[in-house]
Amino acid sequence: MALLQISEPGMSPEPHQRRLAVGIDLGTTNSLVAAVRSGVADVLPDELGRPLLPSVVRYRDDGPVEVGHVAWECASEDPRNTIVSVKRYMGRGLADATRHPSPYTFVDAPGMVRIRTDFGERSPVEVSAEILRVLRARAEASLGGELVGAVITVPAYFDDAQRQATKDAARLAGLEVLRLLNEPTAAAIAYGLDHASEGVYAVYDLGGGTFDISVLRLTKGVFEVIATGGDTALGGDDFDRRLGDFFVAEGGLGELAPDDLRRVLKAARLAKESLSEHPEARIEARIVGRGLVSVPVTAVQFHAMTRDLLDRTLDTVRRTLRDANLAAAQIEGVVLVGGATRMPQLREAVGAVFGRPALIDLDPDKVVALGAAVQANLLAGNRGEDGDDWLLLDVIPLSLGLETMGGLVEKIIPRNATIPVARAQEFTTYKDGQTAMALHVVQGERELVADCRSLARFELRGIPPMAAGAGRIRVTFQVDADGLLSVTAREQSQGIEASIAVKPSYGLSDDEIARMLQESFGTAEIDMKARALREQQVDADRLLQATQVALEADGDLLDAAEREAIAAAMRELRAVSQADDARAIEARIADLARGTEAFAARRMDRAVRQALSGRRLDEIG
Amino acid sequence: MDILTKSHFELLGLPERFEVDTAELQQAYRRLQGAVHPDRFAAAGATERRIAMQLATRANEAYRTLLEPGRRAAYLCERHGVPLQAETNTAMSRAFLLQQMEWREALEEARIARDAGALAGLARLLCDHRDRLLAEIASAIDREHDFTRAADAVRRWMFVDKFGAEVAAVEDGLAA
Repeated sequence: MALLQISEPGMSPEPHQRRLAVGIDLGTTNSLVAAVRSGVADVLPDELGRPLLPSVVRYRDDGPVEVGHVAWECASEDPRNTIVSVKRYMGRGLADATRHPSPYTFVDAPGMVRIRTDFGERSPVEVSAEILRVLRARAEASLGGELVGAVITVPAYFDDAQRQATKDAARLAGLEVLRLLNEPTAAAIAYGLDHASEGVYAVYDLGGGTFDISVLRLTKGVFEVIATGGDTALGGDDFDRRLGDFFVAEGGLGELAPDDLRRVLKAARLAKESLSEHPEARIEARIVGRGLVSVPVTAVQFHAMTRDLLDRTLDTVRRTLRDANLAAAQIEGVVLVGGATRMPQLREAVGAVFGRPALIDLDPDKVVALGAAVQANLLAGNRGEDGDDWLLLDVIPLSLGLETMGGLVEKIIPRNATIPVARAQEFTTYKDGQTAMALHVVQGERELVADCRSLARFELRGIPPMAAGAGRIRVTFQVDADGLLSVTAREQSQGIEASIAVKPSYGLSDDEIARMLQESFGTAEIDMKARALREQQVDADRLLQATQVALEADGDLLDAAEREAIAAAMRELRAVSQADDARAIEARIADLARGTEAFAARRMDRAVRQALSGRRLDEIG
Repeated sequence: MDILTKSHFELLGLPERFEVDTAELQQAYRRLQGAVHPDRFAAAGATERRIAMQLATRANEAYRTLLEPGRRAAYLCERHGVPLQAETNTAMSRAFLLQQMEWREALEEARIARDAGALAGLARLLCDHRDRLLAEIASAIDREHDFTRAADAVRRWMFVDKFGAEVAAVEDGLAA
C-alpha cells in the first residue's frame, strides 16, 4: 500500500519500545476499554472477567466513590447519589438536562449543569472522569505499564461543548487524549479492517442515549466520512422510558418517587431486552406503598409505542443519505452498532430502508471500543509489523456560524466539512466610530440564533474609530482534528491589528482541573506538585527523543549554526530535565520548541514533496 | 513557511489548469493528507502538531476548491485577476435571462401538475446545459486564456447549478 512509503517526521518509537495506548468507549449505559496486544484488538475485562463497565457512579459519605456494577446495584436504593447515564448531561444546560424526568436535582451553572448529591455538587465532567479513572486503572493493570494516551470515542453528532467536556473529563482522569474519535468512524475502522472491505458503508449507531448515522467511503487505507447525522438526545434509554410510562399507566400509578422511578426504568430495560427474544414479557418493580407491581407487555405493543422513535432515526438516515448525495441502493452495507440495535424490529426497519439485511457479525457493544483501540495503537506510533496503516478523514457534524443582525445565523463552516478546517469571513462595522464588536458563536442548522446551540460570546476591542462600514473585521474559525473549535478576530482595514483568540467558555481551565483533582483525591493521596513535575519530565523526554530522531533523519536541512543552536537547546533541557524544578523544565521545553520551529516546517515541506513525488513514481511504474 | 503560500495546484502537485482528472486529484489529496494529517503527529511535539494541523487544513481547502468545477474555475479566474464577484455582478445576457424564465415556468408547471416525467426532462436539460457551460469554461481557460469570458460562463454555470438543486428538491418532494 502506497501510504506505507511515507516517512513520518516526529514519530519516535524505538522498535522494541511499545507505547501503551488504549481505546475507550465512554458510553451512556456502559463503558469499555480495549487495547491492541500482539497485533489483535481486545476488550480488557475487569478482574471478574466482565468486559462492560456500567457507566454508573455513586457518591458516598463513608467511603470512596463507587463506579460500575456495585454502583448500578445501588441505583434504586440511593438514586440521588447514584449517577446513571451522565453522558446525557455532558456539555448541556439546565433546559436540556431537565427535559426528561430523572431522580436528580440539577443546579444551573455557566456552560453546563451540575448535579446535586448529598455529598456536594458534581459536574458531569467530574462524574465521567470517575468512570475514566477506573478504566485507566484497569488498562494499566492488565497491560502492565503507564499509558501514553487514549483515543476516546464520542457520538459523531456531539457538538463542540460536548466534545470539550469529554476531553476535560479525560484530562481530569489523568489521560492524555490522542484523539477524540467519532463512534461510527471507530466502528467502521474495526469493521473495515476486519473484513478488508471497500466501497461506501453506512454505520447506524443507536447507543443508550445517542443516535448517530455516518456514511463512509472505504478505499485502500483511507476511511473518508462523507456525511454524518444524528440526535444526541435519542437512545435506547428512550425505549425504556416508553415502557416505564406504559407500566405507570397500566399499573395505575401516579408520579413516582426517585427510587421508584429508578426501579421502574431498570425493570423496563430488562423487559425491553426480553422482548428482543420473546413475544411477551412482564415489567415488574417494587413500588413503595404498593408492593410488587407486575404489568404484562407484548412485543407488538412495544413496537407500536416506540415506532415514532424508530421513525425519527430513519428520517435522519434519509436526510444523511441526501447530504451524502447517495441513494440507499449505492450503500454496500450497513453496520449496526450499540446495544439498542439488538431490537429485532429495528434490524428489520433499517434493513428495509437500505434494501439489504444489516451486518451484525461484530458484537455491537464492543465494536466501537475495538476500533478506538486500533486507532490508539496507530496514533501512539505502533505501526503493525504486517504494515497495517490507514488514514482517517472525518467531518464536522454541525454547521458553525456567527450571529448577525436580527438574530440570524451566518454560517461560516458548513456541516460535513472535512476536518481540520478553517474558514474566514469579513464583517464590517455598522456604526460611525464603532470601536468594539460583539461576536456570538453558534452551532446548528437552523436560521435563527435562538434555535441553535450558543457556543461562546466574546468582544473584539481596539477597533480604530471609522465611518460605519469602513472597519473590516476578519473572523476565522478553525476546527482541529478532534472537531474542536477556536475563533480568531482581526481588524484589518487600517493595518491596525486587534485580534483575539477564544476557546469557547465552557472548557475547563488548567486551574479548574487542578482544583477538581485536588478535591477528588483529598490532600494526602496525591501531591499536585509531584504530578506536575512528572508531567514536565515526561514531556521533556518526549521532546528530546523526537528532536533527536528528527536530527538523524533530516539534519541535512540545517546549516552548522542552526544545528549548534538546536544542540545547545537540547543540552540545556537535558541538564534540567531530571532535576525537580518543573518551571525550569517547562521554560527549557518552550525554548527548544521555539528553536526547532523552522526546522519542523522544513521537514514538513520535505515530507509533502516526498509524498507527492511518490505519485510520479507510481505513474512510471 | 512557503508551503502555506503555495497555490492549491502547487500544494497538490498538479498542473494549473481547468481540466482536472478527478481520480488523479483524489489520489494526490490522499497522499498529501497521508503525509501531513495530524494523526501522523499525535506523538510529536506541539510545534509539529500545529504545523500538521495548518497543512491538513490547507490540503482540505485545496481539495474542496479543486474538486468542484465551479469553485475550481472561480479560483483560476481570481488567480488571473478576474474575481467572480458572484454576489454583486449579476449582469446576464438577455438571452440567458429569458432562458431562465422559461425554465422557471416549466418547473412551476411540473410542480403543480406533480409531473415527475416533466421534472426528469427538465433535470436532463439542465444537466446538458451545465456540461456545455463546463466545456465553454474549459476552452476559455485552458486554450484561449480568456478569463473574462470564463468568469462570465462560471456565473451562468452557478445560476444553472443552483436552479438544478431547486429542481432536485421538487423531485424529492414528489417522491416523498
